[in-house]
Amino acid sequence: MEANISNQIKKDPRTKLMAIISYIFVTIFTVTCLLPFILMISSSFTSEKSVVTQGFNLWPREFSTIAYKVIFENPNKIIGGYVVTILLTAIGTSIGLFLISMAGYALQRQDFIWRNKITFFIYFTTLFSGGLVPYYLLMTKYLGLKDSYLSILLPGLMSPWLIILMRNFMKSIPHSITESAKIDGANDFQIYTRLILPLVKPALATIGLFLALQYWNEWYNAMLFLSPNIEHRPLQLYLYNVVTQAESIKNSAANSNIPPQSMPNETIKMAVGVIATGPVIIFYPFVQKYFIKGITIGAVKG
Amino acid sequence: MKRMKSAHHDVQTINKKSFLKTIKKNKILLLMCLPAILFFLVFAYLPMPGLYIAFIRFNYAKGIFASEFVGLENFRFLMISGKLWDLTKNTILYNVAFILIGSILQIAVAVLLNEISNKLFKKFSQTIMFLPHFISFVLVGLFAYNILSYEFGLLNNFLRAVGLDPVKAYSSPESWPFIIVLTHIWKTTGYGSIIYFATIMGIDPQIIEASKIDGANVFQKIRYIILPSIKPTFVILLLFSIGSILRGNFQLFYNMVGASNSMLFETTDIIETFVFRALINNFNFSLGSAVSLYQSVFGFALIMISNWIVKKIEPDYALF
Repeated sequence: MEANISNQIKKDPRTKLMAIISYIFVTIFTVTCLLPFILMISSSFTSEKSVVTQGFNLWPREFSTIAYKVIFENPNKIIGGYVVTILLTAIGTSIGLFLISMAGYALQRQDFIWRNKITFFIYFTTLFSGGLVPYYLLMTKYLGLKDSYLSILLPGLMSPWLIILMRNFMKSIPHSITESAKIDGANDFQIYTRLILPLVKPALATIGLFLALQYWNEWYNAMLFLSPNIEHRPLQLYLYNVVTQAESIKNSAANSNIPPQSMPNETIKMAVGVIATGPVIIFYPFVQKYFIKGITIGAVKG
Repeated sequence: MKRMKSAHHDVQTINKKSFLKTIKKNKILLLMCLPAILFFLVFAYLPMPGLYIAFIRFNYAKGIFASEFVGLENFRFLMISGKLWDLTKNTILYNVAFILIGSILQIAVAVLLNEISNKLFKKFSQTIMFLPHFISFVLVGLFAYNILSYEFGLLNNFLRAVGLDPVKAYSSPESWPFIIVLTHIWKTTGYGSIIYFATIMGIDPQIIEASKIDGANVFQKIRYIILPSIKPTFVILLLFSIGSILRGNFQLFYNMVGASNSMLFETTDIIETFVFRALINNFNFSLGSAVSLYQSVFGFALIMISNWIVKKIEPDYALF
């Protein structure tokens, strides 16, 4: 009977029309989202000559790997960038995750007397801020972090949104687990490390991914606090320099065997873009479901 | 008198004792929060008194407190030059466009995705749609250059191929509201639609089944069941975003427009980009701080107002 009804509904021309509209719209939007990536990748594999005469194209008119050859002929900058970015991502994500989950656990404990006060103390920073100038002065003049990788690592460790997200995740763990462990003589820190952390692995994965992505894509603090004489710049800052400054390309031309006039100025920008983004795109399909879970929980309860 | 004093003393010791006891009882939990407390104290609270820079003529060598106090001089300059008005206008208009067009598209994507029955297609398109969220704004800037560049860009390639005049996007300010709004939508729509999609998934399937039996067609289902069920989410997200309407998206604007393309400032300068230039290019710390203070105070007021409205409509969703 039920199958009969849904069969009838499927035959309804309106349902068909709606399905067609949905497929068309979603397809157009999906293609739009994908197009710039394809354009960048194909541009990076195009010969400079064909870019100069015919511009960028969705498919390379004249295939060439010269841009990559130039980059890897003198790979110091790219490798240095990778090392800095990977280290910052790994260290920042692990420390951040530890501190966020610790605070998140304490702040969701119903018997922690200052939980509301501390939560508001943290939350208030999203409502009001000192702005860029005092922040810049604090970092450079008073903390002395100019030209230090700590200027990228430290500010990214925590955010109110991530702490609150973690707290909301942990709220769903029954309080009786904490209670019974207490009776067994465990202290709060032991409860957190031995009982709670293993139970919130999905939360750790979600928030860890948020942190990792943020460190991987970081360039703002790097641009503010790392002066150009720093040799190993994080990947995104290096990409920014390549995109915006002809200087950095000339420098790599000077270091390579290629005469400056045949330097692949345009395609090299795209190649660095591919190299700096590659890992995100490769890992992304595997981690996507955690992000969806994370943002859904955060939105429903946050 | 003496007795009273000693009684008072006793109360104090009891209070003191119980306070120490409370600390002792909560010691470990407090210690577990300590890194977070210190973090926000240093990186968020310490800069706040620095807004005082807005009232001085800042001299880097002398430091904040030895610099000359000038009162509202910096604000007066910003008012007279019309800068404050231009920045506010741009920041608010862009945010209004982001919020309205963005919400409509996010809802549309969620609703239409829900109508797609092919699971593989659904999953694939969802995966691709979320991809823009995961890349850096530097890369977004590179994409824009790839498409819009006068000499090499894909757009002008196409225009030349069909015999039209190429456009000089990087020197025509009037095209940038479209470019920036489009880019923002491109980067945020797929990811932003998750919340709406989750809301739709949360609708009791029995309601939809019942409506089908009652003869509702697919448009009626969307009109009378799905859209109303999304409405609370939409209202709450809308009210929250009003609170941050004076905050721009620095990374987007800076990477799209560039550091010093003053030709485009008329339509692309927002509060954050102005403050950034004041600091990094012109070393005008005081002017930058004045704009920040203005932004923080008005932003704070807007958040308080929108929270008050949320509380009236849906107390559960209020921020505090």
